[in-house]
Amino acid sequence: MKGYDFNLAGVKLTLLPSGALWWPDEWLLCVSDLHLGKSERMARKGGAILPPYETRDTLHRLQTDIEASGARTVVCLGDSFDDLEASDNLPEVEAQWLNRLMAGRRWVWIEGNHDPGPIEFAGTHLAELLHPPLHFRHIARVGAAGEVTGHFHPKARLHIKGRTVSRPCMLFDGDRVIMPSYGTYTGGLRSDHSVLSRLMRPEAIAVLLGDPPQPIPMPR
Amino acid sequence: MLVRISGMFTPRAISYPASMTTLPPAFERWFTQRGWTPHPHQQAMLARADAPAVMLIAPTGGGKTLAGFLPSLVELGNAPGPGLHTLYISPLKALAADMRRNLTTPIEDIGLAIRVEDRSGDTTQTRKKAQRADPPHILLTTPESLALLLSYEDAPHMFTGLRRVVVDELHALAESKRGDQLMLCLSRLHALCPDLKRVGLSATVEDPPALAQFLAPHPTRCEIIEADPGPDPDIAMLTTDTPPPWSGGGGRYAIREVLDEVAKHKTTLIFHNTRAQAEIFFHELWMANDAALPVGIHHGSLALEQRKKVEAAMVAGSLRAVVCTGSLDLGLDWGDVDLVIQVGAPKNVKRLVQRIGRANHRYNAPSKALILPANRWEVIECHAAIEAVLAHDLDGDPRGPGPRDVLCQHILITACSAPFDADALFAEVTTAGPYAGLTRVNFDACLDFVATGGYALHAYDRWQRLMQRADGLWQLRDPRLAQQVRMNVGTIIDTDTLKVRMKGRSGASGGKPLGEVEESFAASLTPGDTFLMGGRIVRFESLREMEVQVSRDRGRKPKLAVFSGTKFSTSTQLSTRILDLLHRTPLPDLPRHTLDWIELQREVSLLPRAGRILVESFDHEDRPHTCIYGFAGKNAQQTLGLMVTRRMEEMGLGPLGFVATDYATLIWSVSHLDNPAHALDATGLHDGLDGWLAENALMKRSFKGAATIAGLITRNLPGKRSSGRQATFSADILYDTLRKYDPDHLLLSITRDEAMRGLIGFGRIDEMLARTGGLIDHVHPGRVTPFAAPLFLEVGKVPVDGAGADALMRAEADRLMMEAGLV
Repeated sequence: MKGYDFNLAGVKLTLLPSGALWWPDEWLLCVSDLHLGKSERMARKGGAILPPYETRDTLHRLQTDIEASGARTVVCLGDSFDDLEASDNLPEVEAQWLNRLMAGRRWVWIEGNHDPGPIEFAGTHLAELLHPPLHFRHIARVGAAGEVTGHFHPKARLHIKGRTVSRPCMLFDGDRVIMPSYGTYTGGLRSDHSVLSRLMRPEAIAVLLGDPPQPIPMPR
Repeated sequence: MLVRISGMFTPRAISYPASMTTLPPAFERWFTQRGWTPHPHQQAMLARADAPAVMLIAPTGGGKTLAGFLPSLVELGNAPGPGLHTLYISPLKALAADMRRNLTTPIEDIGLAIRVEDRSGDTTQTRKKAQRADPPHILLTTPESLALLLSYEDAPHMFTGLRRVVVDELHALAESKRGDQLMLCLSRLHALCPDLKRVGLSATVEDPPALAQFLAPHPTRCEIIEADPGPDPDIAMLTTDTPPPWSGGGGRYAIREVLDEVAKHKTTLIFHNTRAQAEIFFHELWMANDAALPVGIHHGSLALEQRKKVEAAMVAGSLRAVVCTGSLDLGLDWGDVDLVIQVGAPKNVKRLVQRIGRANHRYNAPSKALILPANRWEVIECHAAIEAVLAHDLDGDPRGPGPRDVLCQHILITACSAPFDADALFAEVTTAGPYAGLTRVNFDACLDFVATGGYALHAYDRWQRLMQRADGLWQLRDPRLAQQVRMNVGTIIDTDTLKVRMKGRSGASGGKPLGEVEESFAASLTPGDTFLMGGRIVRFESLREMEVQVSRDRGRKPKLAVFSGTKFSTSTQLSTRILDLLHRTPLPDLPRHTLDWIELQREVSLLPRAGRILVESFDHEDRPHTCIYGFAGKNAQQTLGLMVTRRMEEMGLGPLGFVATDYATLIWSVSHLDNPAHALDATGLHDGLDGWLAENALMKRSFKGAATIAGLITRNLPGKRSSGRQATFSADILYDTLRKYDPDHLLLSITRDEAMRGLIGFGRIDEMLARTGGLIDHVHPGRVTPFAAPLFLEVGKVPVDGAGADALMRAEADRLMMEAGLV
């Protein structure tokens, strides 16, 4: 798979242009913060009634990545659904679509803060997944190593000739990866936010999504 | 003393109480004591007190507002009953507050028992609550505050008995969606108070009947009273020893001459078209100000307290000049302004007239104004503008139909107040002038959008925002929504700005606020960069908690000064006048250098004419260039540049870049454009608007505005943004999603409408094609032409490289990685 290649805990990984993480030796595809059903949840809570197309848009991208990689394992790194009710309320068409994607491969749902506990769908439901030497969980822990996490939806900015480009990005250093959000309707937290600065080592790199993904020193 | 004058209005068989035609004795005494005589138009307004709608057109200084209030004061008299009698709407909060002070004088002097209060976003919560329970006789407010009042359940109670509504600066409100919203609100008020009388007060306008129609409840006729406009202004071009530069703006070449004029007058207002130019000019003025004349600066990006300080100094008469922008176009008359200098071509005759009116507010004295062209082209434009002012030929784009995003917000606001009947609401909103032509289909589409989102995929049956009850009325599904709607009332879309603050002593925040800059400008800063703010040079330190922290800089030259502000395009009428002027024989009385320049263009190439598009092809530094003179205004010429280069790309001509001014677009490319007609073909250009142009950032900005007004997304509220992970996400994603999955959605249709008018300016391109019938004068002068030469010096060149932009980004990323030693 073409993308940005890097190493974490001695494991060779590739960040795909879509924001998915590919572990070729294990045929493992990892995506984070899908936030499926977000528009439904917002409407239910009396918020904005956004265009109800983000779930199909996200699933479409996921399908493309799964087909292109031939992934045998898919790890969803938490906040896969915007809340537990959103997973119940997923329209039939989209629920079936998701079931088709899951068929014939190992599928791991990691709990997120938005979707704690078991959800409607089949697959393995875990608080976190240890797949040595990597540790998959939703929120990064200070002091952990070989950790792949999501939650923050990091984004970073690059100034080019008076213009500023802001893109979702993956952050990584020798200890961990913080993945970009994969869902269509997801905002971002700028990499210079103190939470991220505290988590990441000084030499951390931000890889801006795009084709190809573009590494820069993590803006702080 | 009170003389009825004929000709102001046609006395018709309308009877009004005798008391309304003449002033009550107490009022007469008040006028006499002050040595005043009521102006004829003030009397005319009094005489028309019972007309359902009247519009008064009067120049500033003509006692316009008093004319608007006199009927109310007389009617209320010294024993007013309880309840709201008159609502006064002004576009500026400050104007409403000042009006209260101004009204208090006659009310107290005459001994009237009239309670006057103002209400705006700055009014305290306690005060606001009290006003709703026990409204004053006269309430002074803004369109947004009125919309908010109408969203409360107790609106019918509060407005019971309302007799009159006075809309001040109607011409200014009518220029934006604020006016459309206000007219919808008036239609609501009218339904609550069927006897409501409307009064509009306006400065000079180009099309009084159209503005009157805008104000009056459809189909009622609105009477128009035009006051004596006073003597023509004393207006001239400010000539200088050095000729103006070939391009650019700001008029810095004439600092010396401007200072001389300031020294000769009591108080001078120096108007600029953009904030950045005002800042630079002020800075340079200060450096050259050997006589240390007290000079201030005033524009919309400065902190409120800074502006107030300048305003107070003006009132006190302690300033000799104020460098300013549109922020002083409206508002009360302060100080003894005896000269207005407009720096740079005014772009629009009406604005020029209004700015000139800021000088000499004595009714019967001419205002004095000087116009300073910033470059060679503007010499011609300034001349054309002065001719237009003296010919009383005002310009202005005709208003389009009332925008639908504003209607969506109105439907929501109506639902917040009480359940409504769709038929009744449709009947009501179509009495608003701008919505008189609204079709039921379009109304229903807006209602559907508000209720369900209006998506092709009906996903929200359970979670509709509005639902229809068994009795057919529409109501909010969740009453808590009302709170959120109220937070989003209004049609003013602020560009995202960040506060600029002087760094505190401890290095922490809390320093002195200086003003605001656009977020995009702030994002482009790196520590150590210097820029101008409020006339001083500051150094960027850091971006902290969504605030730009700066420190003082002792340098004399700022590194950057570019934060944009409003950019105007030259109006259609003014462009036509320029084209006409070029073909006059003999040429008008222009400075020699400009006459020579025009003559040379005639010899070397052709002079652009109204019925044709002039296209010049020539080489410069071995590079083929194409210059297209469309005279369509900067926004449209810019869009034309995007479209034509796109067509050239398809034709394999290798366009490399372009630059646009109000008059022309200059394109450079690998190969010559031999067939300009093909590139300017109307069908092809229209395809562009439907297709790739939809990706343009300006379209996305229009979408964001419409989506915010219509209530799809909520505003970024201050303080809400810095807290942890952002809950908001970019409107661009919604735009892309809708384009992909729901291309016929209402909001995309609204966005497209706006592109025709606003920043994309596609309407002007259409108009250019219609004006010329696509006929082209294509010349090959064999050299850079006199008219094209200034374009080479123009800033803001746009490179054409879709793939190239990615390459730039890669290069910059690589450089950073290398520098950080991470590769």
